[in-house]
Amino acid sequence: MSYLFNTPEQQQEMLRVCGVDSIEKLFSDQVPADLRLNRLLEMPPALSELELEAELTALAHKNGGASTRTCFLGGGAYDHFIPAAVDTIATRSEFYTAYTPYQAEASQGTLQAFFEYQTLICELTGMDVSNASLYEGGTSVTEAVSMALRSLHNRRRVVVLGSMHPEYREILVTHLQHLNCELVTIPTPAGTADVSKVKAALNDQTACLVVQQPNFFGCLESAAELMAAAKDAGALGIISFDPLSLGLLQRPGDYGADIAVAEGQSLGTPLQYGGPYLGILTCREALMRKMPGRLIGQTTDRLGKRCFVLNLQAREQHIKRDKATSNICTNQGLLALRATVYMSLLGPQGLREVSELACRKAHYAAEQLAQVAGLELMFAQPFFKEFTVRCKGGVEPILKRAAAAGFDIGPELSRFTWSDGETMSAGLLVAVTEKRTRADIDRLAQALAKSR
Amino acid sequence: MRNQQATQLLFELSKSGRRAARFPTADVPDRPLTDLIPAAQLAKSLPPLPEVTEPDVIRHFVNLSTLNMSVDTHFYPLGSCTMKYNPKRHERLAGLPGLVDLHPYQTPAASQGMLQFLYEMQQMLAEIAGLPGVSMQPAAGAQGELTALLVAAQYFRDRGEHRTKVIFPNSAHGTNPASAAIAGFECVQLNQSEGGYVSLPELQSQLNDQTAVFMITNPSTLGLFERRIQTIAKMVHDVGGLVYIDGANMNAILGITRPGDFGGDMMHYNVHKTFTGPHGAGGPGSGPIAVRDFLADYLPGPIVTRTQQPDGTAVYGLATPSKTIGRVRTFFGNVGILLRGYCYLKTLGAEGVKAVSDNAVLNANYLLQKLKHVLPVPQGERCMHEFVASAQKLKTEKGISAMDIAKRLLDYGFHAPTVYFPLVVPEALMMEPTETESKETLDAFAAAIEQIVTEDPERLHEAPFTGPASRPDDLKAGRNPILKWTAKV
Repeated sequence: MSYLFNTPEQQQEMLRVCGVDSIEKLFSDQVPADLRLNRLLEMPPALSELELEAELTALAHKNGGASTRTCFLGGGAYDHFIPAAVDTIATRSEFYTAYTPYQAEASQGTLQAFFEYQTLICELTGMDVSNASLYEGGTSVTEAVSMALRSLHNRRRVVVLGSMHPEYREILVTHLQHLNCELVTIPTPAGTADVSKVKAALNDQTACLVVQQPNFFGCLESAAELMAAAKDAGALGIISFDPLSLGLLQRPGDYGADIAVAEGQSLGTPLQYGGPYLGILTCREALMRKMPGRLIGQTTDRLGKRCFVLNLQAREQHIKRDKATSNICTNQGLLALRATVYMSLLGPQGLREVSELACRKAHYAAEQLAQVAGLELMFAQPFFKEFTVRCKGGVEPILKRAAAAGFDIGPELSRFTWSDGETMSAGLLVAVTEKRTRADIDRLAQALAKSR
Repeated sequence: MRNQQATQLLFELSKSGRRAARFPTADVPDRPLTDLIPAAQLAKSLPPLPEVTEPDVIRHFVNLSTLNMSVDTHFYPLGSCTMKYNPKRHERLAGLPGLVDLHPYQTPAASQGMLQFLYEMQQMLAEIAGLPGVSMQPAAGAQGELTALLVAAQYFRDRGEHRTKVIFPNSAHGTNPASAAIAGFECVQLNQSEGGYVSLPELQSQLNDQTAVFMITNPSTLGLFERRIQTIAKMVHDVGGLVYIDGANMNAILGITRPGDFGGDMMHYNVHKTFTGPHGAGGPGSGPIAVRDFLADYLPGPIVTRTQQPDGTAVYGLATPSKTIGRVRTFFGNVGILLRGYCYLKTLGAEGVKAVSDNAVLNANYLLQKLKHVLPVPQGERCMHEFVASAQKLKTEKGISAMDIAKRLLDYGFHAPTVYFPLVVPEALMMEPTETESKETLDAFAAAIEQIVTEDPERLHEAPFTGPASRPDDLKAGRNPILKWTAKV
């Protein structure tokens, strides 16, 4: 079953038109015999749809998904609520079986939806320009740093905070190690950066300062002061933000970020074990032509009617090749569409409600967990929807008790590499979304309080 | 049947006070927000998102969707993109609870089903490539290229070799040079060809102890299988370089020949093309890479491992290769797309996989024969899964360009082929019918093109006539970019 159409008779007719008597001949004319694989591939046997569904269902049952357990997991991916209308639109196959809108006339649906995405993201962030999406949050930070290095090409120093997602930092290291750059990480032992220490690290060689807000530990950085410090040093200020925090917190555009990026998974994309997710990248207008990725622009057609096209393509790899602003070709169109529908459904009031619920419930959870013997808040800093607890008796027993009671919390900080590994090894993240109830939180606290 | 709601922007539908999503009231003690968040960090006003109802949202986007051409509605022979049918079972299965709602930091013990599928997918990708080391981190083909080039860079650095150059033919996808530049290499483009094949003397002239990687798409973007690929690989290996196979065109050679068997050291897949993860209006893709054993230790993690227990059961885990280049993205990879590819391969089995390439190549060759008298194919009589026709003669004789044909095809109910790529063919129309189309469809498509070339060229310059737009003004869009809607003041 290969979703094939042509009957054996049709195949023969087609082969006749091609002037050969077998499909094999089409290959033997082109692929040298000694390169042919003269056996079948070693693969599992073909399954009917019924058998496949049974197998996949069995595999799915072996996993602890967020809908069957109670999820307090965070660290850059969150169990937020997804309204049904998001799925209704994203499963329209006119959207999901189309490709990159190269032919504008055949893709006005996609193009207008992405133009609306760009607008919504600008409204959400207060930034001037948004592209039509990147891979995910981590590579978006690297793309933002590359933009800064291209914009200020005499400056080769990149300053990041120790409170950034350790995987985002690792991706940055992977990409910068082959380029002639210096990556400086400012330690954040108190959970957030000391602004004076950051200022001291910024100099006339610094291309950019990268700040995650809220940071990996859930804490709120002094983002406005840090962006101002970057500006004072002549560097670009880059913010990696949580989209759903912006119903409550100041927007990156409000406090002077030059480039603002995000993991957009929380805007209507399911967890699906880490991807595909949505990379958001926005910037000030002056940086527009340095942006990576697709941009949709408004124009008019032959008859003067408003329509939408792929715009400023001269930045991109299919035109500029080795001089392109990035090697990116695909975007995350379907996830951008999900985010577009999600933001449309929320509107300003819905966004406010989600932000506020997550924030209030997280604070309630922090209070309850801090009262559990053996647990305390790791950092005395304001936070949004996620916080870090220190497990005085080690992380393992806490994780075990949570798991046994049907709760998932984490990730534990010991999963990642830290300059101060010993202190961090007792840390555990707890994320609280609008989906968690007071009863969930109370039961979690009770489960963790049980003696061993 | 003019539907205003499809062409109005969401923002123009907005009316203050309208709402769609509502959330429960807080069930935790009410405290002033300033007790939770410092006042200076709180927003002074709400982001000015549009205010619409749920029916507004649904009607708006459903109407927008109808302005698209898609695989489910039209023949979509976009060359190099493998626009094949996307089986519906994949969408249902990828949405199963336990798969769609699994957090990336769930413990391996509570992710055994997920890890088992990922492990089996790794194994199948290694087998189809003929290359044993697989990383499924890359989010797309372009990221796969970049990742493999970083692997190569690290490999050479470990060996104390300073190699700075990446070579590729001029028919290469733009992502090849772009990825090489980002990985810190100098780009060397081969500009000659022998009937669409790599010129061996030119390649030889560029190979030396500076050569790091030779990147080649095989079959090429011209739809040709590089017959001398083994010789080419040997030439590259003889100067100590590595051979990279861009797997964009794997749909032609599944179970027929393998990159690892014809000299490739590294390759990427495009799961959204070859293994029919849907194209999603531009993405997400998924671009796993496969490499030779001596490069496997450099791959980005996590990689899935399988351990046989004494009782015979298997336990799956995650590991990072010992000399890894480091992560190239967060979490595991584009798992949702890998899952669809897995469902596809499990449905096909070994014979079904080979039948894909058999029929993709048959369909392309049949279409080539049907069209060559109208649109000559400079690279000859035979092709693999796609071919590149040229409207050069029509352009000269009648003033009909590749773009004119592409645009007019939309009126006939066909998506256009890829046009003006590869750059080496003038007035290029790159056609890839895929295996999931019928002879009847190919006949109708060929008939449409035969008809179009007889039409008035002046009229063709204004096509299409039936869609929601016609010949957008790209220059105007670029001169004064309008990249978002703004409220009229």
